[in-house]
Amino acid sequence: MDKLVEIVAKSLMLPAEKITEELKYNSIPEWDSVAHMALVTELEDAYGIMLETDDIVGMSSVAKIREILSKYDAAA
Amino acid sequence: MMLRPDALEGRIALVTGAGRGIGLATAKMLAEAGATVWLNARTVGSLEQTCAEIGNGARAVYFDVTDPAAVREGFVTIQKECKKLDILVNNAGILRDAVIEMASVELMDDIWRTNLRGVLLCAQYGARLMARAGGGSIVNVASYIGRFGNTGQAVYGASKAGVIGATLSLAKELAARQIRVNAVAPGVIDTDMIADLPADKREKLLGSIGMGRPGTAEDVAKLITFLASDMAGYVTGQVVGVDGGLVI
Ligand SMILES: NC(=O)c1ccc[n+]([C@@H]2O[C@H](COP(=O)([O-])OP(=O)(O)OC[C@H]3O[C@@H](n4cnc5c(N)ncnc54)[C@H](OP(=O)(O)O)[C@@H]3O)[C@@H](O)[C@H]2O)c1
Repeated sequence: MDKLVEIVAKSLMLPAEKITEELKYNSIPEWDSVAHMALVTELEDAYGIMLETDDIVGMSSVAKIREILSKYDAAA
Repeated sequence: MMLRPDALEGRIALVTGAGRGIGLATAKMLAEAGATVWLNARTVGSLEQTCAEIGNGARAVYFDVTDPAAVREGFVTIQKECKKLDILVNNAGILRDAVIEMASVELMDDIWRTNLRGVLLCAQYGARLMARAGGGSIVNVASYIGRFGNTGQAVYGASKAGVIGATLSLAKELAARQIRVNAVAPGVIDTDMIADLPADKREKLLGSIGMGRPGTAEDVAKLITFLASDMAGYVTGQVVGVDGGLVI
């Protein structure tokens, strides 16, 4: 399975099938600010990075997260 | 020494502005209680000797709290080396008096960037590291002036009142992650910060302290260490004065 999809699914406590590239922050109850910070922690652990505040704010969709991660040389 | 020497064993702490004054006294006391302390200062290399003296794995991390990228780098270092943070003491601060008519925009920005935005930035990254460790304690160094005011200190007082406001909201926001956030409000403490006061002002200030003496950096460090420890395990969102009965 795609590593990013796996991490998002785990953090939002959703089945992987529900995680699409278009899925947006705050568009479903499972992806609220609390889940968002859990997701940040999971991403940081998985990729060994520390996300910048602007990027945490900018992680508005799964596709956007993928784009942001590429900046950190973290292949998503 | 008020806590058992093992009270903070295994805890990782960061103290900003730890080269002198209240920050240095706090770093020493946290280490005495068993914590591994990261001491912060602006000048690279300035804390190596101090860290060696403090021992217990004390290390220096150099950044200016007004520089967001540098603050982030500092926390990345701690994350890399220690994988967590349990205690954050936001102590770095500057004092510059100015009657309101003479408070320049530069002075306002300098004070607010250091005393308030610096605290918010460190809390932002600190909370992220603490959440990983399952919780922690943030202690912000505010001031008597931020609660009760003083002539010539509208700008400084505003920054410290801001620190108190941040403390109250952070305590609510971070409670669910088991991160406690409190502030201390020192009165007149004998450090470099008040060393430059003109003699007449100093006399007047000392005369307004109920206990008749200025506080020591250790007086403040004791309270900070208490709030950082499990002794204060159910205390959050509080502003605690340490002023010997000061009334300005
Ligand atoms: N002394 C008092 O009567 C009193 C009363 C109430 C509250 N306070 C508060 O207590 C705290 C400590 O004060 P103190 O009395 O110990 O003063 P201090 O002796 O002047 O020490 C201030 C410390 O803050 C550091 N600092 C200043 N700007 C910084 C920046 N941009 N980035 C990183 N570090 C910075 C300084 O580092 P450098 O060595 O690099 O300059 C120094 O280590 C301050 O927040 C102050 O407002 C003091």
